[in-house]
Amino acid sequence: MIRITTSDRYNITPLRSFMTNVVALGAGVLAISLIFLAAGVNPLYAVSQIFLESFGSVYGIKETITKAIPLILIGAGLTLAFRAKFWNIGAEGQLLMGAIFATWTAQHLGNALPSVVIVPLIFTAGFIGGALWGIIPAILKIKYAINEVITTLMLNYICAEFLTMLIVGPWKGKTRFGFPGTDALPDSAILGVLPGSRIHYATLILAIICSVGLCVLIYKTRFGYEARVVGENPDAGKYAGIDFLKTSLILMAISGGLAGFAGVGEVAGIHHYLGYPASVSSGYGFTAIIVAWLAKLNPLFAIVSGLFFAGIIVGGDAIQISLGLPAATVQIVNGLLLIFLIMGDYFLHNKVQIRWFRA
Amino acid sequence: MEELIISTIQRTMVAGTPLLLATTGEVICERSGILNLGVEGVMAVGAVTAFIVTMTTGHPWLGVLAAMAAGFAVSLIHAFASVTLQANQVVSGLALTMLGLGLSGMMGKPYVGRPLAVKMDDVAIPFLSDLPWIGKALFYQSPFLYLALVLAIAAWFLLERTRMGIQIKSTGENPKATETQGINVSLIRYACVLVGGMFSALAGAHLSISYSSSWVEGMTAGRGWIAIALTIFALWNPGRAIFASFIFGGIFVLQYLLQPLGISPNFLAMLPYLSTLFILLAISFKDPRRLNAPAWLGAAYKRGER
Amino acid sequence: MKDICKSFQGVHANKDINLEINSGQILGLLGENGAGKTTLMNILYGIYQPDSGSILINGKPVRISNPLESINLGIGMVHQHFMLIQNHSVIENIALGYKDTPFLFPQKVLRQKIKAFSSQFDFQIDLDQKVWQLSAGEQQRVEIIKTLLNGADLLILDEPTSVLTPQEIKELIEILRRMKADGHSVIFISHKLDEIMDICDRVTVLRKGRIVGGARTKDTDKMGLARMMVGKEVTLTMSREKLPRGNRVLSVQDIRVTGDKGLAAVKNVSFELYKNEIFGVAGVAGNGQRELAEAITGIRAIDSGKVLINGRDITNLSPRKIYDNGVSHVPEERIRFGIAPGLFLYDNAILKQHHLKKFSKRYFLKYESVKLHAQSIITEFRVATHSINNQIRNLSGGNIQKLILGREISEQPQLLVASHPTYGLDVGATQFLREHLLKLCRQGSSVLLFSEDLDEIFELCDRVAVIFAGEFMGILETDDERINDIGLMMAGSKRINTKPVKTAPAN
Repeated sequence: MIRITTSDRYNITPLRSFMTNVVALGAGVLAISLIFLAAGVNPLYAVSQIFLESFGSVYGIKETITKAIPLILIGAGLTLAFRAKFWNIGAEGQLLMGAIFATWTAQHLGNALPSVVIVPLIFTAGFIGGALWGIIPAILKIKYAINEVITTLMLNYICAEFLTMLIVGPWKGKTRFGFPGTDALPDSAILGVLPGSRIHYATLILAIICSVGLCVLIYKTRFGYEARVVGENPDAGKYAGIDFLKTSLILMAISGGLAGFAGVGEVAGIHHYLGYPASVSSGYGFTAIIVAWLAKLNPLFAIVSGLFFAGIIVGGDAIQISLGLPAATVQIVNGLLLIFLIMGDYFLHNKVQIRWFRA
Repeated sequence: MEELIISTIQRTMVAGTPLLLATTGEVICERSGILNLGVEGVMAVGAVTAFIVTMTTGHPWLGVLAAMAAGFAVSLIHAFASVTLQANQVVSGLALTMLGLGLSGMMGKPYVGRPLAVKMDDVAIPFLSDLPWIGKALFYQSPFLYLALVLAIAAWFLLERTRMGIQIKSTGENPKATETQGINVSLIRYACVLVGGMFSALAGAHLSISYSSSWVEGMTAGRGWIAIALTIFALWNPGRAIFASFIFGGIFVLQYLLQPLGISPNFLAMLPYLSTLFILLAISFKDPRRLNAPAWLGAAYKRGER
Repeated sequence: MKDICKSFQGVHANKDINLEINSGQILGLLGENGAGKTTLMNILYGIYQPDSGSILINGKPVRISNPLESINLGIGMVHQHFMLIQNHSVIENIALGYKDTPFLFPQKVLRQKIKAFSSQFDFQIDLDQKVWQLSAGEQQRVEIIKTLLNGADLLILDEPTSVLTPQEIKELIEILRRMKADGHSVIFISHKLDEIMDICDRVTVLRKGRIVGGARTKDTDKMGLARMMVGKEVTLTMSREKLPRGNRVLSVQDIRVTGDKGLAAVKNVSFELYKNEIFGVAGVAGNGQRELAEAITGIRAIDSGKVLINGRDITNLSPRKIYDNGVSHVPEERIRFGIAPGLFLYDNAILKQHHLKKFSKRYFLKYESVKLHAQSIITEFRVATHSINNQIRNLSGGNIQKLILGREISEQPQLLVASHPTYGLDVGATQFLREHLLKLCRQGSSVLLFSEDLDEIFELCDRVAVIFAGEFMGILETDDERINDIGLMMAGSKRINTKPVKTAPAN
C-alpha cells in the first residue's frame, strides 16, 4: 500500500526556487523529446537545433533578441499585474491598441516632425493606447466585481476586430501580398535598427529600462509595496488603508502601457505599417504570460526569461522549416514547459512524502 | 429569397453546432468550480484525432469516439493541475490551450491537404425533413447537430433535475459546505473537467469530419474562446447556451451576408465579445451578488480547510 | 461519551470528558469560547476523531470517522455557521444533505416528504425560495429540517441563537419543545445563561477543556452556573498602581453597527475613554466585539452615532485617516487582517505605517529605516526569528502577534485598540505583552482592550465594560464590588447602570 502525504513547506530559499525551475524545465525538455520521438523526429537533433539556431549563430542571436523585445516588455508588465493577483490575459489587445495609437500618431504627425520628436511621441501614444485598454478591465473589476480574466480576454478580440475594421476601411492603404494594411509609416517614424539585424534598439533599450524600472517600482516604492500587499492578502490591504481602485488602475495602466510599447515596436520597428492583428503580434501577449511565470514574477528576470522564450520561438521556426514540422510546434514546447513549471511550483511549496506500507 | 433564408438558417445551425458542444462542456466544468481556459486546445486535439482515425479506419463514428478519448486524456492534465495540485487555473488552462494547439498541429501535419474519403454525412430525420421551408434547414443536418442539442438538453436536465446536478452545482457554489455533507468534491470536479473536455473534443470532431472534410492547422479559429465567452453569456445554463450558440452562429453567417450591405463584418464579429461584456455589466448593475457565477469558480479548495 | 480526550498541537481541547444524554432530554453545554464545546461536538459528529475515549450509542460502542456515519447513527448537527448553499433554493439544499435523495427529480420527491415534517413541527418554509433570501432563523430551520429528514434522534445545536432575533428565538424554543415531546434529544451549546435555564433540562459546564460542573437546571440558578463557567469568585488583584485619569481621548456616542449577516452587531453603545487608562471590554467572543473594534478603526461602517478622538469626529473615516488621528489596531483575526503572509518580516513591520514620512520619501520606501525599525521591534518585543529577512509566514502565531503588537505600539498611538491580543500565546509571551500594554499607558497612551480572559481584564484594566449581544451590560471600575456579577453580565442575565465618570474637563 502506498500512502502519499503532503504538507506545507516553509523554508523556501531562492536557491531551492531556482533549482526547482531548472529541474522543471529539464523535465519539460524530456517530455518534449518524447513527443518529438513519437512524431518521428530525432529528439536530440531537434532540441539541439532549437538552441543552435537561436543562440548558436550571430544571425540567430540577432533574431532572438528581436523577438525578445516585446516579450520582455509585456512580461515585465505582467509580473506587476500578476503580483497583485490581477490576471491580465489581455496583453494581446493592449499591444494592438498601442500599435493603433502609434500608427495614427505617426501618420498624422510624422510627416511634419523630425525623428527626434516623433519617435517619443509615438511611444507615448502607444503607451496611452495600451494603458487605456488595460484600465477598462481594472474599472470593471473594482467597481463592478467582474472577473478580469473574462474582460481582458474579450477586449483582446474586440481590439483585433477593431484593428481589422480600420485597415480594411478608413485606414486602408496599399495592399501587400494580397493582404490589406495601412500605408507605410512616414520615414521619420520608423525606428532605427542595429546594422545587419532587425533589432530596433530604441525599443530594446526601452524594454531594459522598463524591466529595471519595474523592479525598482515593485520592490522599492510605496506603490509597489501596496500592490504586493493587495496581491498577498486583500483583507490586510483593507486593514492597511490601501486604496484598491487607485492601485489597480495604476498597475493596469502600467501593464497595458508596456504592452502598448511592444506594439509600437512591432509596427514602427519591424513591419513599418499596420496590418492584420496576426501579423503585428504572433501571440506575444500569451507567450509573455509564461515569460512572467518563469521569471517568478520578477521583472528583472523577465529579461532572461524573455530571451529564453524568444530563443524557443526562433529555434522553433527554424526547425519547423528544416524538419518540416508545423508552425504550432512551438506551442507544444511552450505548453509543456508551462505545465512542468506549474508542477515544479507545487513541489516547491509542498513536501510530498511517499511511504510504503505492508498491507 | 426563400433559398437565401433557408440556406442561412442551415448554415447558422452548422456554425452553432461546435459552439454549443463546447459551451455545454464548459458550463458543466465551470459549474463545479473549475475554470478551463484550455477549450481551444482540446477542441483542436479532438479535431485532429477524429480526422486521423476517420481517415485510417474509414468509420467516422470511430473518429468521434477517438476524439472523445483524446479530449479526456488531454483534459486530465488540467484536472490534475487544478484539483490535485491546486495550481492557478488560469495559467494551467492557458498551458492546455498551447499544448493542444501544438499537438494537433504536429499530429495533423501529414494529413494537411488530404480530404476525407468518408466523412460524417448529414442525416435526414424522417418526416420532419420533408417539411417545407424548415425541413431541409433544420432536419437534414449533421448528426453532430442533433447530438449537440441532445447533449445540451441532457446537461440541463442533469444540472436541474437530478441529485448529481445539485451536487455539482453545490461544489461550485460552496465546496466546504458540500464536503461537510459527505460529498467528494475532488471527484466531482475531476469528472466535470473531463466531461467538459470530451464535449470540447466533440466540437472539434465536428469541425474536421462533418463541417469540412479536411484538416487545416488552426481550424478551430478561436471558437474555443467564444465558447468560454458564451458560457458566461448563457449564465452557466445549458438551456440558454442553446440559444446563445445559435445566435452567435448566426452572427458568423451574417458577416458574409451583410458585407455587401456595407455593415462591417468586423463589427459583427465583435458582437459576441461586446455583448458578453454588456451582459455582465447589466447584471452587476442590477445586483452584484446575482452574477450567477458559481461562487467558488476558479478558487482552489483545500480539503479540511477551516 | 466516555473519557474523551482530544488535543490540537499540544493544547488540550478536551480532557477526560464524560457526557450522557437520554431521549426526550435537552442537555445544555455551557462554557466560554475555547472551552472545548464545539470540539467535543465535532467529535460526536465525526468531523474529528478523539485521541482517546469512547462513544456509546444505546449502550453499543461506535466509531464515528466521518459525518456520514454519524448521520447514519441518528446524529444531526446544526453548525454555528450554516452549511448552506446561498444561491440555491431551500429544497435543493435539503436534497444535498439528505442521504436518500433519489437520483431523478429529487425536488419533486422530497417535496412530499418535507410536507409531512412541516406539518408535524410547523416549519412554514417556502421551499422554492433561495437561501440568501431567508432570514437567519429560517435558514436555521432549513438546517434542522435536513437533520430530521435524515432521521436524527439526537440533534446538536451549536450556538443556535447567536444570529436570531428574539422572536425567532421564541420560535426555535417552540420547535425544540415539540421535538423533545416527540422523543428526540438535543444538545444545546451556548454561553447564554438565560436560554440554558429556559430550555434545558440539564446542563454541563466546560472550562478550558474540562468538565467543571453539571446540574439539573431546576436544581441550580444562574449565579451558580456563572460561577462555574467563569471559574472563580472574582477576586480583585491590584498588581499595579492606578494612574491618574487624564483627558478624554475617545468618545463613542450611541453607535450602531451592522454585522456581516445584515443584523445589528452593535446596538446603542456609548462610552468614554481617558488618557492613561486601559479600558477593557469583556465578553464571550461573537457578541459584537469584532464589529465594535472594526467600527472604531474604520474597517467597518457605522450606521448611526459618532466616534470622536480628542474631540475630532472620526466616524466612518478611512482606516488610514483614523490611523493618522492616532488610533492603532491589533486585529482579532491576526493572520487574516494583520499580515501579508508571503512578504518578508520587515515588509510586514510597516503594514499600516508605510505612508508615514519616516518610512517613505515621496514615492519611495526608505528601506534602511524600515529595516532598522523592524530590527528594533524584533529586539524590543523579543520576536523569535533568525533574521528580518524571513518570510513572515514561517513565524509561529505567537511571534507574529508580537510583531503586530510591536508595530502598532511603536508609533506611540493616542489610542490602541487591541482585540484579544494574547489569545493563543504561551505564558511568557502573554506576560510580556501585558507588561508592554501597561508601559504604553504609563507613557501617556490609552488602550481599548477586548478580551475573553478575565484574568487579563482584571490585571490590566482600570474599567471594564461587559458586552453581550451588541450592547454594554454595564461599565464598572475594576475595584467596584459589583464586579462579582461579571459572569452574569457576560451571559446576558444582568444589567448594571453606571453613573458617568468624574474626570478632568474634556478638551
